[in-house]
Amino acid sequence: MDILNSIILLLNYIFIPALSYGSQLALGAIFVTLIYGILRFANFATGDMMSFGTMVTILFTWYLQSLGFSLGVLPTALVAIPFAIMFMIAYMLFIDKFVFRYYRVNKSPPVQLAMVSIGVMFVTQAVVRIIIGPADQRFFDGQKFIIKAGEFKEMTGLNEGLAIKSTQVLTIFVTIVLVSLLFWFLNKTKTGKSMKAYSDNEDLALLSGIDPKRIVMITWIIAGILATIGGVLYGLDKSFKPFTYFNNMLPIFAAAIVGGIGNPFGAFLGGYVIAFSEIFLTYAYKKFFMYILPESMEPESLVQLLSTDYKFAVSFSILVIVLLYRPSGIFKGKVL
Amino acid sequence: MRKNLNVIAAYSIMMGLIILVGIFQSWNIALSIFNMCLISAVMTMGANIQWGYAGLINFGIMGYTALGGLAAVLISVDPVQEAWRAGGFDILMCLWLIIVMVLAIRFILKNFEKSKLRTYGIAGIIVAGIVIIRITAEPGIEAIEAVNPAKTGFLGGFGLPIIFSWIVGAFFAAGLAFIVGKVALGLRADYLAIATLLISEIVIAIIKHEDWLTRGVKNVIGLKRPAPYEVDLQTTDWFINLVEKFNSGKLALISNLADRQAALNQLVIEGSSVFVKLCYSGLFLVVVIVLLILTQKALYSPWGRMMRAIRDNEEAANAMGKNVVKQHLLIFILGSAIVGIAGAMLVTQDGLFTPGSYRPMRYTFLIWVMVIVGGSGNNFGAILGGFAVWFLWIEAAPIALFLINLFTSGMADTHVLKIHLIESVPYFRYLMMGLGLLLIMRYRPKGILPEKIEIK
Repeated sequence: MDILNSIILLLNYIFIPALSYGSQLALGAIFVTLIYGILRFANFATGDMMSFGTMVTILFTWYLQSLGFSLGVLPTALVAIPFAIMFMIAYMLFIDKFVFRYYRVNKSPPVQLAMVSIGVMFVTQAVVRIIIGPADQRFFDGQKFIIKAGEFKEMTGLNEGLAIKSTQVLTIFVTIVLVSLLFWFLNKTKTGKSMKAYSDNEDLALLSGIDPKRIVMITWIIAGILATIGGVLYGLDKSFKPFTYFNNMLPIFAAAIVGGIGNPFGAFLGGYVIAFSEIFLTYAYKKFFMYILPESMEPESLVQLLSTDYKFAVSFSILVIVLLYRPSGIFKGKVL
Repeated sequence: MRKNLNVIAAYSIMMGLIILVGIFQSWNIALSIFNMCLISAVMTMGANIQWGYAGLINFGIMGYTALGGLAAVLISVDPVQEAWRAGGFDILMCLWLIIVMVLAIRFILKNFEKSKLRTYGIAGIIVAGIVIIRITAEPGIEAIEAVNPAKTGFLGGFGLPIIFSWIVGAFFAAGLAFIVGKVALGLRADYLAIATLLISEIVIAIIKHEDWLTRGVKNVIGLKRPAPYEVDLQTTDWFINLVEKFNSGKLALISNLADRQAALNQLVIEGSSVFVKLCYSGLFLVVVIVLLILTQKALYSPWGRMMRAIRDNEEAANAMGKNVVKQHLLIFILGSAIVGIAGAMLVTQDGLFTPGSYRPMRYTFLIWVMVIVGGSGNNFGAILGGFAVWFLWIEAAPIALFLINLFTSGMADTHVLKIHLIESVPYFRYLMMGLGLLLIMRYRPKGILPEKIEIK
């Protein structure tokens, strides 16, 4: 019984939260890695592009809600996402045409493109704050829990409850679907393969007749989809605040680099590596040990490796270690 | 003279703008903008040394600024005797343990061949060391934080004049830069940017949460000043006489004696705050001028030429026998030290240390906008960038308000859009910064005052 209790405890406080947080990071990390692999610069506007997509979704959600539209148990935002994605893709292509294209055509060094992306970051951040304001926005509706902690206890007769939020399940489900679709696209379709070739060796790809304009456009379209969905899932699960999104850029970068930048599958796993290590290292294991150890050996302190204040610092330290020992990331190998 | 015409013109316009603020808004605002411009200029010079001279990208400016601020606290605050008695011994033990750990790792690195075993051994020592240090420090930290938590709850500092912290801050920042440089400088440019950004976040996390050292988010307020206090000035005879002399014409117009006295009091209060700001301006100006002379000398010295050679072609410089790695580390440390000075100056001016206020947007990216806009590789450009961007950062809100009122003048005051726009005026500064950066990068990629190397 105690063993079961301890497993449920870990599931409830570590495994499920880390899985959903990791999925949100993974989507962002694939976004970063695609831009890096194909357009060849570190996009510092990542977090703010995600917040832009989320903002558009929120506005559509509010509009739908004002019409009295509802999906019942599911959040209305799901219906708003496709419209937001279209808007977001238009925004991405607009930025590319008026900002990034010039530097790409001139073959500027990656650092200059990264600097330009900082300019885009400032502008996007300003637009988001001017339109929706810097405050916290909750736009979740529908049913909040699939299983509540209390119900679970009653059902199983265990001491520990297991609460599963519908947003967590939604996050994991959507991530799996989206990422499988993406990998199918990259590995099986002709366009996906030509993207891979372009990322591997630009000159050779151009020689074999691949149209760079088309590749770049498709990259921005995929990026728009990933940014919007990743941002909305995070916003549904926690809440939408422009500043938090900007800050999320940092663990997302960490995930992309840990997974080996330019490698989408690595980025996908990197998201989970970052999420799990953040939560593993900052969780207080006192209760866990109380279940599995005999009473005489029960720990007195919290048995916490690091205080939760250092959550972000954990992922950054992992990144620094990875950069030191394996600058190409854990899952190097094929590029894109 | 003629070849420096654009520099002189740019600086005259800048000073003219600040003077205009003084005339139309108030001299108090103008001087505080001027002081912050000076501090920004110091930060920009630090970043410019790294980026402009050597092409090293450092997105960790925030971390060095915060360390400079920490130095200001540790130097100027009086030591909290009680806290030292309560937990000082544990903390000193920890310090000793850290030194032992570092020495042990150094010893292993020097005396053993590179192997898997050595790597694991070092990792083991670090993990064990952290656990031991945590166990040793725990009771000490708790005891220190329990000492009068509303007012102190930390170890305090050395109780020295705060001016010393400007030098100590530079050393703190240099120390951090040494570690970061050793770790990260081998990376490619964009990796280096991300790594430094994340390391600076780690530094901020530590400063924010180690309450025994910095009081964390509880902030340290009321730091000692290098300048006189307004309240003291207002009761000092020579200062009142000075204000009277300055405004004798204006005061003579008021015939009623009581009215004249009231007017004088008002002037003295305003004057005292302007006077204090002028004191700061003087101090900061000295720092800026000294740094400018030093950096200019360095730029035109053989060392500066070598740095440019390394920046423009690393392999060629290496082939000529220049130690690229060592020079990169050196310049990384120098630039960061200058940023550290600026961090200490900032806290000195504010008189308070608020770890929560260190955000990458304000202390890293804004400084980078300054560097790019001003002109990388040119010290006059860097200073001008600091001035121009900070001026715009502060005056963006009034400008935006003016523009909004202009464009929505046809709307009624109760129109939803107009109210919404006016409420979001503070965020237009980000828009202006971003657009400014994008425009400069597109149409004048070398900045307002581009790098100009004269060969004599």
